[in-house]
Amino acid sequence: MKVFKLIFKNILRHKLRTILTIIGIAVAVIAFGILRTVYTAWNVGVDAAAADRLITRQAISFIFPLPYSYKEKIAALPGVSNLSFATWFGGVYKDKSQFFARMAVDDETFFEVYPEFSLSDDEKAAFQKERNSCVVGESIAKQYNFKIGDLVTLEGDIYPGTWEFVIRGIYKPKFENTDATQMLFHWTYLDERMKAESPGREGNVGWYIVKVEDPLQSAEISTKIDALFKNSLAETKTETERAFTQGFISSTGAIITAMNILSFVIVGIIMLVLGNTMIMSARERTREYAVFKTLGFSAFHLTGLILGESLLISALGGGLGIFLTYPIINGFAQVIPKGFFPVFQVEPITLILAISAALIIGVAAAIFPIQRALTTKIVDGFRFVG
Amino acid sequence: MSVIIQVKNLAKSYWRNKIEIPVLQDIDLEVEEGEFLTLMGPSGSGKTTLLNLIAGIDKPSSGDVLVNGTDIGKLGESLLAKWRSSNVGFVFQFYNLIPVLTAYENVELPLLLTKLSRSERKKHVEMALNIVGLGDRIHHYPKQLSGGQEQRVAIARAIVTDPVILVADEPTGDLDKTSADEILTLMERLNKEFKKTIVMVTHDPHAAERATRVVHLDKGDLVVEPS
Ligand SMILES: Nc1ncnc2c1ncn2[C@@H]1O[C@H](COP(=O)(O)OP(=O)(O)O)[C@@H](O)[C@H]1O
Ligand SMILES: [Mg+2]
Repeated sequence: MKVFKLIFKNILRHKLRTILTIIGIAVAVIAFGILRTVYTAWNVGVDAAAADRLITRQAISFIFPLPYSYKEKIAALPGVSNLSFATWFGGVYKDKSQFFARMAVDDETFFEVYPEFSLSDDEKAAFQKERNSCVVGESIAKQYNFKIGDLVTLEGDIYPGTWEFVIRGIYKPKFENTDATQMLFHWTYLDERMKAESPGREGNVGWYIVKVEDPLQSAEISTKIDALFKNSLAETKTETERAFTQGFISSTGAIITAMNILSFVIVGIIMLVLGNTMIMSARERTREYAVFKTLGFSAFHLTGLILGESLLISALGGGLGIFLTYPIINGFAQVIPKGFFPVFQVEPITLILAISAALIIGVAAAIFPIQRALTTKIVDGFRFVG
Repeated sequence: MSVIIQVKNLAKSYWRNKIEIPVLQDIDLEVEEGEFLTLMGPSGSGKTTLLNLIAGIDKPSSGDVLVNGTDIGKLGESLLAKWRSSNVGFVFQFYNLIPVLTAYENVELPLLLTKLSRSERKKHVEMALNIVGLGDRIHHYPKQLSGGQEQRVAIARAIVTDPVILVADEPTGDLDKTSADEILTLMERLNKEFKKTIVMVTHDPHAAERATRVVHLDKGDLVVEPS
């Protein structure tokens, strides 16, 4: 007869109580798993929402340009799936109060890295064919009643002179929050005129837009990009595109923090549930512990007996909970709108936390019963009437 | 015959809420090897307390208890536990078997603290259960046994380690007359055939008749009668 056998027999004494305790622990572990998964998915989401697009800009200030020659070097980095760039043009349309973004972009790649700017293939081809063509967002097209073929004249400020563009496309926003108020034209057009009119200002871009294969690698790739140009005349600063996400965080941050705290409150509650079960069991067995001690069993043996039982119950409950967490999380993943969380799965850290929680609970729940069993004198144990 | 239990100047008080409750005072008692001693006395006179002190599950307030030459009052907690496991067999009024263990496993329990192998343990357990006449009930759980049978399992558990002394606290107190007689006969046999030194607390004058000597306790004082 082994100690383990006795532990096992002990947990079967009150089957219903043990089963209820195990289910209680399992449910709590599942709740813990879900909360932690949402929490980690959220944190991944914060990065990923913007993170498959990085912005590389001049380290000192956004207003300083970067050399066009960086393009090849950034594009060559592993993990970079696409690269585009843009230059802020500024300028005045009609008068200074008419404000909308005007940017010189790379006609080949810009719409690839911003798929949410949807432009028909015909319009895109027409735009690419002509040097001084442009594309405008649906919102400003409506506002100014622009039609395909219209001429837009801008008075340059950063880039002096009069600039004429023919509208060859009107892009539609794919999502509600897509910016449809931009005017985009050929960077090469701007660059050629700079070469001719302001020698020395050619070959510059405002910023690079770097699309990465795996959002989880953004931080690493950002570091690598900046390292490429360390100690050059134009050092870079690369970040994820998180303007949108930032705003979102501040409004939902409190909920996420609450979930984080709640997940640990749940651990505390399971501890009380198992602790209660263990205290009841140990109380009922006061006389038996006195018998064990009388026969010469030591504090070590009694501790093993009680701790083993507590750990066995918490392991069974924790194991069941973890086992069930996977299908439940997968079920959630089916229901949650696609793209809401870029990654929604049980992360290793959640698993590790759940297992350690079950362990800690098992140990903590045994402390009081062990202390009681060890400090009760044999003679008092025999006189104890439960 | 040599003296195996020597109680000298023993006193014991309990403390409850900072009030001292004196239970035993100035007890002197000697038990010789091979004796079957019964302790009698009214309820609350301190019989259990004295028995517990002799068996080393409680500590004297003053005085000495020597068993087989060892002053057990001077042993620390864990040494005392070790000493008990090899020197004393216990039989209680309410059997005190572990309910989730079979008769066999209950009897095996004290042997788990020894170095005996599994097969050696088996031999000892079966022998002990045969002595008490339960060779055919070894895989029964306590609740499947009668009170008398439970007490016999408890006796088997007490003798399985072949202890120096056997202590029994009202072993027949909870049994009908027939079962009680069987238990007393068994105790007598253990004393006569197996030469066990026995100290037994009892209320029952019939039980006392089986003993080789009777001592009376009254309000914590020993009243020794010649047998
Ligand atoms: N562990 C204890 N704590 C406090 N008082 C006790 C304890 N054990 C016994 N007593 C008291 O000591 C007295 C004698 O008890 P006990 O030895 O059990 O008597 P008996 O066995 O002769 O009936 C009783 O008054 C009892 O209440
Ligand atoms: Mg008593």
